[in-house]
Amino acid sequence: MNRASARNMFIGATVIVSAIFLYMTVLSLQSLPERANTGNITEGVAWGKKVFERHACIDCHTLLGEGAYYAPELGNVIARRGEGYVRVVLETAAVQGWGTTRKMPQFDLSEKDIDSLVEFFIWMGKINTSNWPPNIEG
Amino acid sequence: MTYKYESQRVAFPYFVAALGLFAAQILFGIVIGIQYLAPDFLFPAIPFNIARMIHINLLVVWIIFGFMGSAYYLLPEEVEGEIYSVKLAWLHFWMFLVGGATAVVGYLFRWHDGREFLEQPFLIKVAIVIVVLMFIFNMVMTMIKGRRRTSITVVLLIGFLGLAVFYLFAFFKPDNMVMDKYFWWWVVHMWVEGVWELIMAAILSFLLIKLTGVDREIAEKWLYIIIGLTFLTGIIGTGHHYYWIGTPEFWQVWGAWFSAIEVLPFVAMIIFSLKMVSMRTKKHPNKAALNWTVGTAIVSFLGAGVLGFMHTLPQINFYTHGTQMTASHGHLAFFGAYAMIVLAMTSYAVPNLRKKTGEIMSQKAEIFAFWTMVISMICIALSLTGAGVVQVYLQRILATSYMETQTHMVIFYGMRLFFGATFTLGLAVYLYDFFLLKRASSR
Ligand code: HEM
Ligand code: HEM
Ligand SMILES: [Fe+2]
Repeated sequence: MNRASARNMFIGATVIVSAIFLYMTVLSLQSLPERANTGNITEGVAWGKKVFERHACIDCHTLLGEGAYYAPELGNVIARRGEGYVRVVLETAAVQGWGTTRKMPQFDLSEKDIDSLVEFFIWMGKINTSNWPPNIEG
Repeated sequence: MTYKYESQRVAFPYFVAALGLFAAQILFGIVIGIQYLAPDFLFPAIPFNIARMIHINLLVVWIIFGFMGSAYYLLPEEVEGEIYSVKLAWLHFWMFLVGGATAVVGYLFRWHDGREFLEQPFLIKVAIVIVVLMFIFNMVMTMIKGRRRTSITVVLLIGFLGLAVFYLFAFFKPDNMVMDKYFWWWVVHMWVEGVWELIMAAILSFLLIKLTGVDREIAEKWLYIIIGLTFLTGIIGTGHHYYWIGTPEFWQVWGAWFSAIEVLPFVAMIIFSLKMVSMRTKKHPNKAALNWTVGTAIVSFLGAGVLGFMHTLPQINFYTHGTQMTASHGHLAFFGAYAMIVLAMTSYAVPNLRKKTGEIMSQKAEIFAFWTMVISMICIALSLTGAGVVQVYLQRILATSYMETQTHMVIFYGMRLFFGATFTLGLAVYLYDFFLLKRASSR
């Protein structure tokens, strides 16, 4: 093999795998209404996501296994702790932070922010994740 | 070996900036390493999430500084002509440095966006795009005006174009978290297992040609083989991130098969560099540069190839996903591939750019730093693998709660911090050697 044929193989391979990948992307996006309940994304869910980003929650917690590994998984937090408990955590965090060893800092969270975060977590919990995580502890 | 074109000298500040930001990155790495053991450290002034985003953002920024510096150094020699505009290179150097510093200081004051790795506020993101486009413009003009077109420069250009194009997905923030995650990986995965590998392979080829004197035709053939394997495996290999985030189950088949062979480009880089060294026609006096160059091929294989493969199959990833296993792999892969390739180029180029150009002074300190950093980082990765094994067993298999599990991993976090300290020692020696020992002769 010489340089020119190596280059042609590079180009050929790239074109083929890119085409396959784009086709699979289309299929993936088409599956979202069903797997991720796109229809249930209310204003609250959308706002909850924004609050989640405003405080960079992802840089301590994981969400569906992605993020930082310093604090518990949040994708299934409603199933694990229940809505009431999650509310208590957020309401306490809004005043003084939360936790005993590793701590969550105090965050400015309005009533609306807290309601929306809970809605967001409820929506996250219903995503079809192919049975991940292995157990409720995340 | 002295520099041949006056405009190559503009690479020098890029390497200096890269090293300064590298040191700051490690400082914040130590901060979060301590917080894992003593959560109240610097809390609540600098909480974990803020320090972590600084650790990683500095990493990405210094690597890109290193890539740009490498490009400015090698372009004139490759195309046989001066850089199109040295002024432009200086302008976007300062823009990037000021933009990066603003972002980091902003983070300390909670001015940030909220997606992992992409925390840059909107304005900073726009500034980054502008800087990269200015750089690419300068690169393209240099290539057009140059006398020679080489495969190394073409591959390097594709790499930078890809870096810019995939970063555009950082602006896409849909309300649907699954879609958000889907395209988030188009930045992160497509960078580190796609276009950045092209930049790495191009720099590696340049260095091997310079250090061994072997014919360009052979090196450039290997370059195309490596990047062909990169895209062949890495593009559909993105699917190894689509197992559990709400995307279809066919990814568990496609993602597994293609990502499993993502190790191939890294194997090819090892074969390539060992082959070039065994065929060498001259013994280059810059031993440290050769260490970093062959080292980057080997350590990236360990970090990306071996540790990456270990958790890439869905049957395993189901248990390891989002544990310290991921952090272990992330560290050794990033260090082996991207930190080390930049340090390799620094090691090769900087002596040529100093006042007494081309003179290789004693490299004892640098070689000590090389071994200290490489061994420390391997030990950091092993410590985190230990932590990951405990976490998978207790939390994922026995269903122990997250916080309870963490208390059983303390020993490994202690080891990680210890090797973080030895890593810092290696870096300190490196910086001492770079800035102080040779200051007399630097420009
Ligand atoms: C003194 C050495 C270092 C220490 C103590 C350290 C510590 C840490 C810690 C505690 C985290 C956060 C993990 C989590 O989210 O829970 C982290 C993340 C990270 N660090 Fe470091 N770090 C060090 C050096 C480095 C170096 C040299 C690199 C790369 C060249 C690096 C790249 C990364 C990356 C890519 C992540 C994100 C990992 C992921 O998301 O899986 N670090 N580091
Ligand atoms: C130089 C190349 C590479 C770098 C710099 C790199 C870096 C990283 C980083 C930083 C993460 C964590 C992302 C996050 O925070 O969620 C990650 C995840 C991952 N990487 Fe790599 N990687 C490289 C190559 C590879 C290769 C070649 C493979 C497989 C063969 C691989 C397999 C994986 C997998 C499966 C994950 C997801 C882990 C999880 O489920 O938590 N990586 N990589
Ligand atoms: Fe990946």
